[in-house]
Amino acid sequence: MKKITLDKLSELYIRISQEYDLFVPSDEEGVVSFTPWKDDSNVDFDVLKTNLSPKSFIFPQCETLFNFKSEGKKLSIERLKNDENKFLIFGVRPCDVKAFHLLDNVFLREPMDRLYEEKRNRGTIISMGCIEPEDTCFCNSFNIDPLCAQKGVDVFTLKIKNNIFWKVETQKGRDLTVMLSGLLEEASEDDLKEIELVKESLNSKLEELPYFNIDPQKIDRSLIELFESNVWDEISKSCLGCGSCTYVCPTCHCYDIQDYDGGKGGERFRCWDSCMYSDFTLMAHGNPRTTQKERFRQRFMHKLVYYPNNFNEYACVGCGRCVEKCPVNMNIVKVIRELGGENK
Amino acid sequence: MSCGCNDYIDPLIPQIAVIKSIRTDTKDVSTFIVEKPEGGKCFDFKPGQCAMVSVPPIGEAIFSITSSPTEKNFMEFSIKRCGKVTEYLHNLEVDTEIGVRGPYGNNFPVNDELIGKDLLFIAGGIGLAPLRSVINYVMDNRDAYGKVDIVYGARTSGDLVHRNDIFKNWPASVNTNVHLTVDREEDGWDGNVGFVPNYVKELKFETNKVALVCGPPIMIKYVLLALEELGFSKDQVYTTLELKMKCGIGKCGRCNIGDKYVCKDGPVFRCDEIKQLPDEY
Repeated sequence: MKKITLDKLSELYIRISQEYDLFVPSDEEGVVSFTPWKDDSNVDFDVLKTNLSPKSFIFPQCETLFNFKSEGKKLSIERLKNDENKFLIFGVRPCDVKAFHLLDNVFLREPMDRLYEEKRNRGTIISMGCIEPEDTCFCNSFNIDPLCAQKGVDVFTLKIKNNIFWKVETQKGRDLTVMLSGLLEEASEDDLKEIELVKESLNSKLEELPYFNIDPQKIDRSLIELFESNVWDEISKSCLGCGSCTYVCPTCHCYDIQDYDGGKGGERFRCWDSCMYSDFTLMAHGNPRTTQKERFRQRFMHKLVYYPNNFNEYACVGCGRCVEKCPVNMNIVKVIRELGGENK
Repeated sequence: MSCGCNDYIDPLIPQIAVIKSIRTDTKDVSTFIVEKPEGGKCFDFKPGQCAMVSVPPIGEAIFSITSSPTEKNFMEFSIKRCGKVTEYLHNLEVDTEIGVRGPYGNNFPVNDELIGKDLLFIAGGIGLAPLRSVINYVMDNRDAYGKVDIVYGARTSGDLVHRNDIFKNWPASVNTNVHLTVDREEDGWDGNVGFVPNYVKELKFETNKVALVCGPPIMIKYVLLALEELGFSKDQVYTTLELKMKCGIGKCGRCNIGDKYVCKDGPVFRCDEIKQLPDEY
């Protein structure tokens, strides 16, 4: 275990940014999001939920698949050159790291998504544990420990008082740590004791959270029973179909593919899409999901039943962004409760 | 290779193909014969599998491959004009280059459950397209299968596709019967008149066969009921499903029915499997 004092962080950022494109959670006009680090970045490690999840680093909201040229009867296709810069995201929370893993299940399954794979390989993740969970957090409902490194983290850190504690998890993390030698010092016995105390006090904090009792494993009906349940009629009523939940969600992976027509040439791109939208499943001959109830049901059945059937994990990490962002205050916590997923 | 960038196969990048000829089947269905620009088939596939056909800058859509894998040099797509991509395709001329990627999905079990069996094909309208791949595969490996019955219907005789096969090639094949029907009486039509599901019941097929069904959803629904009435059990019947698709590889999240993705786990489903799925297709 190593550590760095907060006053040396600027030096750390400078060193990292010599080798990597560095992204940090920074506060711009009251909104905290991962942005490229600059000398005057207002880095904020206290807000847990960045406005959008960091999924856009590996699965951008919009990206070009290839360029094409169509002249007369001729068609040519040209793949873009990959960006080769290594990037590093500092301060990714355990829930968001877990979400990367859930996206890996989809995108890295054969046939592999090459654009995703390429970004995943270029990225280094410094994760940061959460010692002050917020009221809308419920990662513990999905067995995520906010003080432990999730699989895929290169370095795991904890910010306690004046120090950032630094634990190497992978070879990438080791290489980075070597590069930063001189800035990091060994943590002392007293430091380790302090970390233990923080860990102990976290448990009682978690127990006091409003959603602590949420437990999707308590949902015990079959796929067909849940699908046909009349719960959906009532809870989907308020849904506006705005799709905000899917955009802020770190695990939503649905995308659209479209062509941009620039006259003789153009590009094919993909962009985030949402199962909450009415034309998501619209075909020339009809639409299997004609009302918002069916679209609403799809989103939550996917997170809580379909995805787990395929990958043995829930497709929610309890980050709580959708809870904060839904304009009509409908969310996955209410859905889980309605389906019986609660410890009483 | 498949994407034209040798070091790297990106499943979302189509390969270039060329339309070698176009056969007009009906007023709104044409069959496109497609090859690699240098000649030859774009890729190998199995009967029932699909491919994405790209026409930049209009877009991309998924179609079943209607030719048999035994055709060594080309692939065929029978396409009905009904949306943006298909409208554009119908206006293309021979020798135009398009993009193709695939193959996607599973296939009819021609080398497993269907081997040695009597086969009953039931199709409606453009639904003959995916079944034709299987039928021609069976015709090219005739000894491996038993008796073949093909029930095929359309709104009018003018809407029947693959006329060369249904009127000439298949009826002339050994141990093969073709039963054609149209929805309403019309001048010059001396075949059966009536909807496909009723015709299937009238033909009173024995249940010692495997049935393969494809057509509009409403036809499939009533054909399955008709087969049940004749005594077929659900594990003797295969059909194909269709939903909106973008990626074709189980990632874009669009074509799921419950926990199954039609592009990856389908499009071919045995009817006892369909029974396990939520009713959302």
